[in-house]
Amino acid sequence: MTNEVLYLLTVITVVAIATFITRVLPFVLFNSKEPPVSMSKIEKDLPPMILLILVFYCLKDVQWSQPPYGSPEVVTIAVVTILHVLKRNTLLSIFIGTGLYMLLVQHDVFLLFFS
Amino acid sequence: MDPENKMIILSAFKITFPVLLGYIPLGIAFGLLLSGAGYHWSYALLMSIFIYAGSVQFISVALLVAGAGLTEFLIITLLINLRHSFYGLSMIARFSDAGKFKPYLIFALTDETYALLITTELPENVPKSKFYFSIAVMNHFYWVAGSILGAVLGSVIDLDLKGMAFVLTALFVVLTIEQYYHSNTRVPFIAAIGAGGISLALFSPENILLFSILIGTLFLAVYEKIARSKNISMSTTDQKEWP
Repeated sequence: MTNEVLYLLTVITVVAIATFITRVLPFVLFNSKEPPVSMSKIEKDLPPMILLILVFYCLKDVQWSQPPYGSPEVVTIAVVTILHVLKRNTLLSIFIGTGLYMLLVQHDVFLLFFS
Repeated sequence: MDPENKMIILSAFKITFPVLLGYIPLGIAFGLLLSGAGYHWSYALLMSIFIYAGSVQFISVALLVAGAGLTEFLIITLLINLRHSFYGLSMIARFSDAGKFKPYLIFALTDETYALLITTELPENVPKSKFYFSIAVMNHFYWVAGSILGAVLGSVIDLDLKGMAFVLTALFVVLTIEQYYHSNTRVPFIAAIGAGGISLALFSPENILLFSILIGTLFLAVYEKIARSKNISMSTTDQKEWP
């Protein structure tokens, strides 16, 4: 085995183990005993909070100060939200939203608008 | 095939379909990046099977190219994936009776699998752990398939998948709205908007997720503490609620 291969395999092992540690940690810490009361109250609010935070996270690479100023993302999220509140059809909201977004970014629709 | 298994697989496929559409182009992007950096496709396969964490895999390519040391890989992975520890907190009860599926379910707890598992209603007469396992395996499979596709074919054929990964953003938006309707408190949503907004404005892209979850959780903890002390001082006669 060459040094390069060994280095790559070691890196993959280290990253895989570190990732697993972050996922297994709460199960190791709280599996045998009940989490404290305040924690279990917070734990109930975590899922909705994290879901909405993930929406913000998806916007991490948006350049807000450059054209098109994040407008494809903002517009598409607004359309998905309105559509979903009106129809409550998960797949419909997701597909129309994604199709719209691909159309907007592949044809630089908003960029034309700002230039 | 046993009709119960068939039912489980069909409903899991339906639920994971948006993730399929998101993981395939993201996986392709990862495969392309790794093969573009000059690595054999088998490394994309190994990484997507055994690491199975999108953002860390992308950053790993950058670190590999830079020739980073093992300590850097270790610290960066722990910091970026620390958020998964928060996901596990919501899963302790859900996975408690998962038996032989439990180690894999913990291993495969990505952002998207977490989002699906906490929001999905269990179909009738279906064993929970088997259903969870099907969802987790399917998502993992999409990710691996996308990675290989990107590493092997991506450079040959010209795919315009630009913007398709937005399917995951749309999925998170829809799941948030569903949580909003099923929730009787607005506090987590306010916490998320505050924490997400602050983090987007202040932190670099690779730190946003961890910091927003930390800030949001801190907000929830402080709110909980204030609400509790108010409640105790207001209702000293009613001790049943606070044993």
